[in-house]
Amino acid sequence: MSAAAPMTSPVLPSLPADRLTRGLLVPAAAVAVLAVAAPFLGGYASDLVVKVMILAIFALSLELLVGMTGLVSLGHAAFYGIGAYVTVLASGDEGGNLLVLLVASMGLAALYALVVGALSLRTKGVYFIMVTLAFAQMAFFVFHDTPVGGGSDGIYLYVRPAIGPIDLENRLTLFYVVLAALAGTYGLLALIRRSRFGAALAGIRVSEQRMRAVGFPTYFYKLAAFVIAGALAGLAGCLVAARDGVVNPELLAWHNSGEVLLMIILGGLGHLRGAVLGAVAFTLLKELLSTHALVGPLADHWQLSLGLVIIAFVAWLPRGLIGLVQRISPEGSR
Amino acid sequence: MDFGTFLVQCLNSVQYGLLLFLLASGLTLIFGIMGVINLAHGSFYMIGAYMAFSLSPLFGDSFLLMLLAGVALAAVLGYLLEWAFFSYLYQRDHLQQVLMTYGLILVFEELRSILVGNDVHGVPVPAWLDGSFALGGVMSYPWYRLFASAACIVLAIAMYAVVNRTRLGMMIRAGASNRDMVRGLGIDIRRLYRIVFAGGVALAALAGMISAPMSSVYPNMGASVLIICFVVVVIGGIGSITGALVASLLVGFVDTFGKVFFSEISGIGIYLLMAAVLIWRPEGLMGRKT
Repeated sequence: MSAAAPMTSPVLPSLPADRLTRGLLVPAAAVAVLAVAAPFLGGYASDLVVKVMILAIFALSLELLVGMTGLVSLGHAAFYGIGAYVTVLASGDEGGNLLVLLVASMGLAALYALVVGALSLRTKGVYFIMVTLAFAQMAFFVFHDTPVGGGSDGIYLYVRPAIGPIDLENRLTLFYVVLAALAGTYGLLALIRRSRFGAALAGIRVSEQRMRAVGFPTYFYKLAAFVIAGALAGLAGCLVAARDGVVNPELLAWHNSGEVLLMIILGGLGHLRGAVLGAVAFTLLKELLSTHALVGPLADHWQLSLGLVIIAFVAWLPRGLIGLVQRISPEGSR
Repeated sequence: MDFGTFLVQCLNSVQYGLLLFLLASGLTLIFGIMGVINLAHGSFYMIGAYMAFSLSPLFGDSFLLMLLAGVALAAVLGYLLEWAFFSYLYQRDHLQQVLMTYGLILVFEELRSILVGNDVHGVPVPAWLDGSFALGGVMSYPWYRLFASAACIVLAIAMYAVVNRTRLGMMIRAGASNRDMVRGLGIDIRRLYRIVFAGGVALAALAGMISAPMSSVYPNMGASVLIICFVVVVIGGIGSITGALVASLLVGFVDTFGKVFFSEISGIGIYLLMAAVLIWRPEGLMGRKT
């Protein structure tokens, strides 16, 4: 995608302040609407929204790598799964402190990202895709084959994390915690995008060679992005464990890595809101394709329809839903 | 571990490694020449295995004839797929290649589920290869596994001959080292692509057919083998057939002996091997520095 990206100068000019605030206006409004609507949502709707929000955090974390830095990782589910497993393993039978669990799951996911990143960033392009996939598979085998994580059946979380009055056993509390995490992730990435660090990542995406020539230690910039992305995926994993109350090795499976990659492309690469939009669209698409009332007997074979949708998507809409919006109204959206 | 067991494990390692080589060589050529990362390569292995399952009742004991028919079918399939899907991917970036081939995996897996179902099936070993021979006293080794290794060696030699001794092979080698130059010299690159792709699919399907009587056929058998092939390609170096051979055998030995000595964590052995190679030579054992 680096070839398709518009050629920007490696050192980006700083954005005017009003564009910064304008860029966050719509997301802030969306957060406000969700916060107000939360108590009125039914069980199913609230559950679905929480699921989508967690996936949006996961997708945003990958957007930092793929969209902002130009690193296509096909092993991102490893960090998500590690975050989830750490949450359950550290909770024990009594339940754990939410803050401690968040720090532990993000920290260990970041640690694995540091190791994987340090090795895989020695390679480029298609090698990088294969190596990240392979290391994710290695993590999968650790949880699948060894007794550490209960083998292929996974393990249950008996008591959901809590801290003081914030208890994730409560559905509404879980909703607000996940919403806050999503808003925080979005804000952090928006800040990174506008920072000097983010500008350097954009420069690496466009031309790493030029960035190196200018004197940036690009390897360490990429490694830092990889570790941050791993930590944020660990955050999403921690939340998904708290939501589901169970973890199994499938969380780390490469289908998950493929799906999250699909989300950010579905939404539109290079835009933070694209990642969120993609998580929403992907979840709805999956629900739609597996609903008997809508697609009849095809619902039993939703993977077939999903596969065909993906192929059609790559063929006709490579720039994602955001690209579609931009094609319809070239002004306005950004 | 006595000598007999050791010998059996060595034979197993070689047999597994050679089978991986059939898959990885196609993958590495398709990437090296066309620049396409093909996640669906594992699906072709799966298709081959299910082909063996469906065709073996028809062909009965003429196992070799069945292999031939399967290879022909797979080559036609590869030719059509290249025409319908993959030819559009050459100009696209890796991300879109990953996505489209991922979509193809879902389609193939679901079609498999619709056509054959989700049960695990065994495939009978042909009668003339049934049984085993004694090896070092108490151990014995099945004839079929020996046949599988021999078949892979024959194929590897044939491939070597084609790549190094024929005009087509010359074009393939030239394509792997400099795609644009080959185009510039007036070689019909689209035809070359189609042939290489069909060949890669045929090899993958053949690997699936050969392994079916040993491993039985089961859903998602393609995905696990695909990732191991990636490891092989990364270790060997992209575009290098010799590298693929060396790496396949290496992975075969590490995996087989890992299962013997550290059965619980055997799954991660080959990834540690890959990590070691990445530290030592990031471009792979036989890869070119970029």
